[in-house]
Amino acid sequence: MLKRSLMHGARTFRVALRALGRNKMRSFLTALGIIIGVGAVIAMVSIGEGAKRGIEDRFAAMGTNLLFVSPGSRNVRGVHSGWGSFQTLTADDAAAVAELPAVMYTSPSVSTRAQVVYGNKNWSTSIQGTGARYPEVRSWEIEIGSYFDDNQVRTAAKVCVLGADVKTNLFEDEDPVGKVIRIKKIPFKILGTLKRRGESAGFGSRDDMIAIPYTTSMRRLQGIDYISSIDVRAASAAQMPEAQQQIEDLLRVRHRIAPGAEDDFQVRNMSDIAETAAESTKIMTILLGSIASISLLVGGIGIMNIMLVSVTERIREIGIRMAVGARERDILLQFLTEAIVLSLIGGLIGIGFGIGSSKLLKKIEMFASINTVVSVESVMLAFFFAAAIGIFFGFYPARKASRLDPIEALRYE
Amino acid sequence: MPHNIIELRDLAKTYYMGETRVDALRGVSYAIEGGDFLAIMGPSGSGKSTLMNILGCLDRPSSGQYLLDGEEVSKLDKNRLARIRNQKIGFVFQSYNLLARTSALENVELPLLYSSVNGNDTTERAMRALAAVGLAERSHHKTNQLSGGEQQRVAIARALLNDPALILADEPTGNLDSRTSSDIMNIFKTLNEEKKITMIMVTHESDIAAWARKRIYLLDGLIVREERD
Repeated sequence: MLKRSLMHGARTFRVALRALGRNKMRSFLTALGIIIGVGAVIAMVSIGEGAKRGIEDRFAAMGTNLLFVSPGSRNVRGVHSGWGSFQTLTADDAAAVAELPAVMYTSPSVSTRAQVVYGNKNWSTSIQGTGARYPEVRSWEIEIGSYFDDNQVRTAAKVCVLGADVKTNLFEDEDPVGKVIRIKKIPFKILGTLKRRGESAGFGSRDDMIAIPYTTSMRRLQGIDYISSIDVRAASAAQMPEAQQQIEDLLRVRHRIAPGAEDDFQVRNMSDIAETAAESTKIMTILLGSIASISLLVGGIGIMNIMLVSVTERIREIGIRMAVGARERDILLQFLTEAIVLSLIGGLIGIGFGIGSSKLLKKIEMFASINTVVSVESVMLAFFFAAAIGIFFGFYPARKASRLDPIEALRYE
Repeated sequence: MPHNIIELRDLAKTYYMGETRVDALRGVSYAIEGGDFLAIMGPSGSGKSTLMNILGCLDRPSSGQYLLDGEEVSKLDKNRLARIRNQKIGFVFQSYNLLARTSALENVELPLLYSSVNGNDTTERAMRALAAVGLAERSHHKTNQLSGGEQQRVAIARALLNDPALILADEPTGNLDSRTSSDIMNIFKTLNEEKKITMIMVTHESDIAAWARKRIYLLDGLIVREERD
């Protein structure tokens, strides 16, 4: 029984191939709709996957044992203010957190924007005030020179380290180490430069910045006595929950928060942030994929169109087949198989086309920042979607063919 | 004692062309013995085509009975009728009705595509059928490379493939010259005499009808006359 139906399937498949082979050009053009559709889905999803992989890699490089402490909302007689609206964190908080057993390094951080001048060039950039341990906390790498040390932080020294963009904009190929730039008219000695870190997802370049000791920024640039956040590297990824708990307990004591009252700070960890970022790229992938699948849908309509034409052209053939004993089901299966074969062949070529174009995309200079990753899932999805489209759009013409009256069909000119 | 392969009892067919009622057959009763050779004659509109369609199980009568090989087939559903066409009936048409751009062999094999028989010897069977009509050496020619007479012989080979009890020929020589026509009729005669296949043929040419052993004449949906040799 199984053998017979397999043989029958093989025969139907052969008949379909032969019928499609009689109109090679037309079959190819019809399949082209599916080729482009499947190719587009795979290429688009690969861009989304690439972005997701890029973000994951970046977070992995930073390490998952990062925690961020930021000032929280404060409840004043029942009125909530927003996150960060109170200046509750101090450099002493950061120093105290650094002493906790589950914490490896901390760095206070403040930031501002300022105009930077070197010779006749000037540039507006972000000024980040950090502690001496910041490169270790954030996995920054020094390209040339060195970062400032604890002593320079303590004395609020007028020293700085340049991000890659600032270095390029102000110095081009010149060696900046030892040179002096002016930030808000105050001269700063350049100690070194940071390695390029690339674009962040949606937040602009991460290289357009200058790092200075946070004490310098607070006292000399901003005139403030609070810090905007404490970046913490826990002793290990496994000790993250412990570190978070210790930080919360410590800060509640230091800030004299009564039991039951709300925190005036918040502690977020890197994996939460990474998850949020992954979520947003997933949405992008879905969006790109669904736009591309519209072209697959259009390809399906092309199949339906050609199959309808084909049925009309072959009415006589259908009549002959019915006269020699084809049942409705046989005719239905024959035309359905043709539609499915068209969409599957289109799907297979489309997979090659999609993988090829996503590889090509990586090679083109203009799209250098786009990373593409072709996943097995996206290939399978596109292929089965193509097959489903063949069945869906092939069914109506096939049914039309199978419902023909044999007498009329035989007489059809 | 030859049994009746076909028995028609008060067969009627009515259809509507728009609002107009057409009584194509108005009570035809007739029996055809197995191994007979019958010609159906009559002017156009007499109901010959309708009768052929019903005999060929392509259409069902409005009323009356049609017993084919002892089985009442007038009430069968489309799938059962398709099966009977496949197993018991061979068709030969005026315009050959072969698949275009397809080899003679594949055309002959066509009925086997819709039979449940084992497909291992399809080519062999098709070749035997082609040999029976003298076309074995042209089996790989495409339809359009064959002459009219050859195309009709391919059609006969196709009709023979499932060893039918009955061959229905609708104006089989209508598109052929007289010499080719007698070739075709000779094949029919041989099949009828040697293989005992029942032949039923619609024609309006009396010299073609003369090949048959019996002739019936239709007029306005009724059999008006029968002639026997």
